[in-house]
Amino acid sequence: MKATANGGQRERLVIVGNGMVGHHCVEQLVERGALARFEVRVFGEERQRAYDRVHLSEYFGGSDAEALAMCEGGFYDCHGVHLHLGEAVLEIDRERCEVVTAEGRYGYDQLVLATGSYPFVPPIEGSSGTARLVYRTLDDLDAIRAAAADARRGVVVGGGLLGLEAANALKSLGLEAHVVEFAPRLMPVQLDDEGGAALKAQIEALGVGVHLSRATQSISAGEAYRYRMNFDGGESLETDLIVFSAGIRPQDALGRACGLDVAPRGGVVIDNHCRSSDPRIFAIGECASWNGSVFGLVAPGYSMARNLAALLLGEASSPFTGADMSTKLKLLGVDVGSIGDAHGATPGARSYRFIDEANAAYRRLVVDASGKHVLGAVLVGDNSYYDTLLQYCQNGIALPADPAALILPQGGGAPALGADALPDTATICSCHNVSKGAVCAAIDSGCADLASVKSCTKAASGCGGCAALLKQVFEHELTARGVTVDKSLCEHFAYTRQELYGLVRVEGIRTFDDLLERHGKGHVGCDICKPAVGSILASCWNQPIMDAALVPLQDTNDTFMANMQKNGTYSVVPRIPGGEITPDKLIVIGQVAKKYDLYTKITGGQRIDLFGAQLHELPLIWGELIEAGFETGHAYGKSTRTVKSCVGSTWCRYGVQDSVAMALRLEDRYKGLRSPHKLKFAVSGCTRECAEAQSKDIGVIATDKGWNLYVCGNGGMRPRHAELFATDLDDESLVRIIDRVLMFYIRTADKLQRTSVWREGLEGGLDYLKAVILDDSLQLGAELEAQMQHVVDQYECEWANALNDPEKLKRFRTFVNDRRADPDVHFVREREQRRPAAPLHLIPTVEEAV
Amino acid sequence: MNPSTAAAVAQQPHWQAVCQVEDLVADSGVVVWLEGEQVALFYLPGQAQALYAVDNRDPRSGANIIGRGLIGSVGGELTVAAPLYKQHFSLENGRCLEDPQQALRVWPVRIQGKAIEVALS
Repeated sequence: MKATANGGQRERLVIVGNGMVGHHCVEQLVERGALARFEVRVFGEERQRAYDRVHLSEYFGGSDAEALAMCEGGFYDCHGVHLHLGEAVLEIDRERCEVVTAEGRYGYDQLVLATGSYPFVPPIEGSSGTARLVYRTLDDLDAIRAAAADARRGVVVGGGLLGLEAANALKSLGLEAHVVEFAPRLMPVQLDDEGGAALKAQIEALGVGVHLSRATQSISAGEAYRYRMNFDGGESLETDLIVFSAGIRPQDALGRACGLDVAPRGGVVIDNHCRSSDPRIFAIGECASWNGSVFGLVAPGYSMARNLAALLLGEASSPFTGADMSTKLKLLGVDVGSIGDAHGATPGARSYRFIDEANAAYRRLVVDASGKHVLGAVLVGDNSYYDTLLQYCQNGIALPADPAALILPQGGGAPALGADALPDTATICSCHNVSKGAVCAAIDSGCADLASVKSCTKAASGCGGCAALLKQVFEHELTARGVTVDKSLCEHFAYTRQELYGLVRVEGIRTFDDLLERHGKGHVGCDICKPAVGSILASCWNQPIMDAALVPLQDTNDTFMANMQKNGTYSVVPRIPGGEITPDKLIVIGQVAKKYDLYTKITGGQRIDLFGAQLHELPLIWGELIEAGFETGHAYGKSTRTVKSCVGSTWCRYGVQDSVAMALRLEDRYKGLRSPHKLKFAVSGCTRECAEAQSKDIGVIATDKGWNLYVCGNGGMRPRHAELFATDLDDESLVRIIDRVLMFYIRTADKLQRTSVWREGLEGGLDYLKAVILDDSLQLGAELEAQMQHVVDQYECEWANALNDPEKLKRFRTFVNDRRADPDVHFVREREQRRPAAPLHLIPTVEEAV
Repeated sequence: MNPSTAAAVAQQPHWQAVCQVEDLVADSGVVVWLEGEQVALFYLPGQAQALYAVDNRDPRSGANIIGRGLIGSVGGELTVAAPLYKQHFSLENGRCLEDPQQALRVWPVRIQGKAIEVALS
């Protein structure tokens, strides 16, 4: 085989290694259209195609090898890349420009080494078999799983990032996990002493044993467990298996054997363009040594892969100039962050430290001698500070007058950096490496709304974590360009939700068409304005949502008064006020679920969710539920959901008020109330707070004098504690204040805005809200109460209403011209209930009798 | 003109009655079973074109749910929003506004007296 490129034929590019970095290189080549110029051949030693090693511990948490894969099965084939899996390259013949495997010889014009690294196992007497496991590949994990099968305790040697990941893996296998570290603290590279101590406290609280400053001398047979690890100084620890995670070494054997320059501490030596000492051979990722350093993180490897792909194609490529080793991790569920010069090693560096021993949280901010710039930071326990600190550090943004504020606890969460403070180089989206400058360029090239900025730059289309920041930057940049930021609800209404609410109230508007005609554009509306207006009309007038004029406005779930699930079937939630239910009613739910073969699950709101009903079954199911005295639970609506309660003073020895009775009263009053977003309530009978009222929109906690009211909390993606609003209220005052708070929220919030976000956006904050509601500073109190009373008086179970009207029931047909069920809905049985069949194993259901 | 349109013009469409006007829900959708196909019918009384017929299957989720989507207009184009992931499809031609890879099949549809008829090719 001749190893030169000849005219007309594609150059032969061989990539050795199919790990994350090798795969990223292929992806980059594909994306840049390199397959037209190169015939690409990839060799992977492992049997699996590239998988996500960063999330390896999820392999024990339920993910299979396929879920960890970096690409779809057909990716390589589909792009014409030859992928040789399970075929290790044994030798590089630089003279003939060929790589040699057990299967044959393959010529190359250019060769890329992406062979990664291997775990370093210190030579210890007696370590072999299950006392010498490592944690790097899926095969390693299978070996650990096999060893864990009859084990009770497992030890990880190495308390670094990977060691703690491995400990997590042992823990998820059900073992008692221990970590043995040679250094006097955990994660010695990323953390300082205090940070290491905080992390140790948190990890120990999770039941993982941490043993620091221990060097293992030998491993012998144990007494209570399989092995005994004997430490320097005479101490020992017994265990059934040992995983070594004491660092990595570059996998540079191929390069070494064929005479490439190798760094003294290992790794194929590369220049700024990832080129080795042989100009035809490149190295990227953990097998490469740049400037004497090997980078054991995936981000620098990716950046090498990107630069190399550009270079191979003759595109303008920025040379590799080192990597930022800042990292943000969740180890064993504990937030850990390390930025820049975390140890304050820079001469003149000074630190601010925040230590919270009660919660084992720690934050350190390292600033330069002038006190103007961030050099680095250490975070343990709360990574919400990370993004802002990273921006300060990477972009050299001048510190505020009081730098300590950046790491001190904030009432409203970690401080955010304003969009205007970010330089153009600031990374907005780290998934797709989009800078603020790129966002600005997109705006200048004509992207006039957020959606087009997203599709043009790809920002916020990865993990989506930067969506809020992107929106801020976008709006700030538009304002800076003299463009008024359009706060219109949508293209049909040039008003905010709050303004439309005012128009509906003041003009007494009762239908969407009327509002559209008077204040909107066009004749149809859209899926943004219709549900928003539907919600406003319901909040104001509370007419049945199935009335003909209102039906077309409702969002999918409201239209059929049930929650659509992924296969198009619905779940049904009957109201169980306060979570209190009689055995007879419980039996009815069971009977209905059994009759319609519904998957049954208890919700977080003390109710029962019944899944898998088809459209035409909904009226039948509700007929039976209503017959037994149930009402709709509004689980489908942006409306009052549940009032959760503890059992209260009637049964509990600690209870000081009847929390169940109050929950029933509140649920009965506010059921069916439609609002900008869902509303959750809870009532606790004493200060022990078993109903978790402080995580609700409206939380009530009993005192010996009455009730304390908390408002504007929520759980979910961004939890927020409710704030204490009023204390020691009697029953009547409690209800009156809740009336006012909810109606004021409904009146002033944006669409789909939870009470928590609404509250955070209120100018004047909690004090302002207290002034409006408790002191009646706007003299709205009576009006708000009257509006709430109107909604309460109008209440009617909308399912009962629909069942009494044949016209409304017409919609509940899967097909209007045929009585069959949807033949494409398939279920499988799992844990004695049915669930939607995954597309892979479709099993037809038996003919359904309708 | 692409070949399939040319063929449709050349060939006489076969109109099949699928349901009655009273089965439709104004400004909303219903679904009919048509020889193994599921066709979603959207009824907009008062609009220039009052009736549209598109495939009921959502290409993104694989579930048969398009007929339960919300009708709207996006930049003057009449659309239906898929109930699960909210992507918009043109009622006119089935094109997905967000993703050119996705499209819904569309059928010619008409009102004949009280009957709704869909054209089979």
